[in-house]
Amino acid sequence: MRQVIGLFTLGLVLTLVGCAKSTPYNYDAFRQSQPKSILVLTPTNESPEVDAPFSLVSQVAKPLAEAGYYVFPVAVVAETFRQNGLNTGYDIQAVSLQKLHEIFGADAVLYLDVKEYGSSYMVVSSETRVTATAKLVDLRSGQLLWTGAATASSNEGRSNSGGLIGMLVQAAVTQVVDSMTERGHSVAAITSARLLSAGRYNGMLYGPRSPQYGTEQQGK
Amino acid sequence: MKQSSLILLAALILSGCASKQKPIYYWGDYQAAVYQYYQQDKSSPQEQLASLQKTIEGAKAKNLPVPPGLHAQMGLIHSSMGNVNEAYNQFSIEKQLFPESAPFMDFLMSNKTKGAVK
Repeated sequence: MRQVIGLFTLGLVLTLVGCAKSTPYNYDAFRQSQPKSILVLTPTNESPEVDAPFSLVSQVAKPLAEAGYYVFPVAVVAETFRQNGLNTGYDIQAVSLQKLHEIFGADAVLYLDVKEYGSSYMVVSSETRVTATAKLVDLRSGQLLWTGAATASSNEGRSNSGGLIGMLVQAAVTQVVDSMTERGHSVAAITSARLLSAGRYNGMLYGPRSPQYGTEQQGK
Repeated sequence: MKQSSLILLAALILSGCASKQKPIYYWGDYQAAVYQYYQQDKSSPQEQLASLQKTIEGAKAKNLPVPPGLHAQMGLIHSSMGNVNEAYNQFSIEKQLFPESAPFMDFLMSNKTKGAVK
């Protein structure tokens, strides 16, 4: 009996430790910077979906603002660059930090990259996946404050049932549905929340407008 | 002894799950309106303005502030329609609600936006 309990406890401990699989992020620079406002630039795009950057960036305000930061209106920012001949994420993200600080007066800038956005059909399963990375840089000092990455898929929580034929039918059906932009946009919302919400392991810290500001333990 | 540790463990796990705080802002369809702006042919400026106005009213009803950027987004749409005065009015509201936006709002109202970014 004692051996069984011992093994169970060991298993539980290992599982809990297993949840924290990567090294804790060093938040020293982030805490020192204390940014109040974040300028989010048009994301760069590594996916074949032209709409991907806009789908993602139109859904970043919520996690960042709820984390406690002033988020510059992304479309207004994009329009400002457009009026100056800069349209793609690549062009916009090449603008100097000094220029960005001069025009926007933001404390920090967020560089986003869409690594994956879209549906794929892989014989027995079909999914829509959105993967993105983020890099937060202090606009005053040029220091890197934080990096993150997140992914989400329409296949999460979807059960496999009905044998092989069932799965092939399911895959063909979902490919048609998943090809529609709406599915990618919904998945992008989840990716954005996972990427940019505060209160997550190795995630963004809470900002000054949040009631949770400063409540994270040191060395988190 | 064993039973109380199990209860304690369960309580700790459950408290970890119950960390959902109340939202700071009322979001309504704000993000959808921003996405529509990028998609250009999907909806008219008037439709987007109406949607944003609805979010403003929803926020009032819930006694919550509107999200950062909403008024500036309205200003942008007015600007695209040539309603400069109304655009500047919205940028001023944004600046008043969110002082962090002041340098950018001032920039937008300065008439010097073209050629500024190089």
